[in-house]
Amino acid sequence: MNVVELKEISCEKQNRQLFSRLNLTVSKGELVLLRGENGAGKTSLLRILVGLSQPQYGRVVFCKEALDPSDEQIKSLIYVGHRPGNNPTLSAITNLKFWSSQRKLEVSETAIIETLEHLQLEGLEDAPTRYLSAGQQRRVALARLWLQRDAKLWVLDEPFTALDVNTVDMLCKHIASFVMNGGAVIMTSHQAAKIECPQREFTLEYSW
Amino acid sequence: MISVALSIFQREVLIAYKQVSEIIQPLVFFIIVVSLFPLAIGPGPEILQRVSGGVIWVAAILSLLLGIERLFRDDFNDGCMEQYMMCGTPLSVIVVAKVFAHWMLNIVPLLILSPLLALFLNMTFDMYWVLILTLIVGTPTISLIGAIGVALTVSLQRSGVLLPLLLLPFFIPLLIFATSAIESASLQLPYGFQLGIMLAIFLMVLALAPFAISYSLRVSQH
Repeated sequence: MNVVELKEISCEKQNRQLFSRLNLTVSKGELVLLRGENGAGKTSLLRILVGLSQPQYGRVVFCKEALDPSDEQIKSLIYVGHRPGNNPTLSAITNLKFWSSQRKLEVSETAIIETLEHLQLEGLEDAPTRYLSAGQQRRVALARLWLQRDAKLWVLDEPFTALDVNTVDMLCKHIASFVMNGGAVIMTSHQAAKIECPQREFTLEYSW
Repeated sequence: MISVALSIFQREVLIAYKQVSEIIQPLVFFIIVVSLFPLAIGPGPEILQRVSGGVIWVAAILSLLLGIERLFRDDFNDGCMEQYMMCGTPLSVIVVAKVFAHWMLNIVPLLILSPLLALFLNMTFDMYWVLILTLIVGTPTISLIGAIGVALTVSLQRSGVLLPLLLLPFFIPLLIFATSAIESASLQLPYGFQLGIMLAIFLMVLALAPFAISYSLRVSQH
């Protein structure tokens, strides 16, 4: 079953056609690795997929319905982009608490603390995130993947950036477990990481 | 939807609490601007009383504009805006909660300080009362229109000067009706008409601005 379908998507930026009439589907229990050179349009494609950008042509179908960012169904999608999505003056716990309440998730403070401890952020839960290193801030952003258990699709843009080897390994296992349990993942990464689950690659060619 | 709006409001208040200077700076700016006028135009009570309404209103607009730029900028830069857009609640509801929080955090301290400033400018009780009413009715319009400007320029690198240039002309009607109401009060004339017009402007802006703000934010994200 297709979780998300990109139909005839075209995108142009700065008078450059990034891709044209592109079709892509991500099914339940599948990981799609988006490959391509820098500037090939991977991030643009992911942003179109989650509704942050509008394509020039084409449409995105999410769970058999046209993607509508203000619809409740968008909550079954988790996007981790280049920017962490955390306010730097607030602590990791507070940031994640507000994120959960905005998504109307039943997540207790204990669950957040346990997740942060699992991600090796023990002792840093209450510190404003601006005091955390880039890798630690990334881990706070990725904690969302542990907190929302009913998600259907993860859209991850360079999720391994700034992470240490152990956390990369932990994230790979978590992605594999999500996919094996019927989740769908589409991600970009320039890092070679071993994710043991059904997967396929989709390459975007750089074009002028 | 209401719970999400409340959550956004709480978050804004908490951030403001952690960055108190962001609230205090426009307030100090407001006090300094109002205090400069008696020094510049002399301490004559009649002249001060005549210009008082206009002075406080212009200072209030400028101080509100001073702090409004960060209304969406921080969320835009740190990626929180992207998460808002995918939380399943209409963005227009989220922006209304943010604008309301901004108004509460910036205007309520200003209202608390206003008796002192009214004293500086030799305002009568009637004038002061109408000043408060015009500020309560007029400043939400400034916040809402200001938020449209911020949403339009949020993706620009340097929008510091552009923002007031874009927005100030839109505040002219408010300024005219607010100062006219205060002047009417000083002459013991009815001022309900001016307040009514200001309220009508506010209601019209309240109905339209949330959609304009959310659309502008989506365009800026693109």
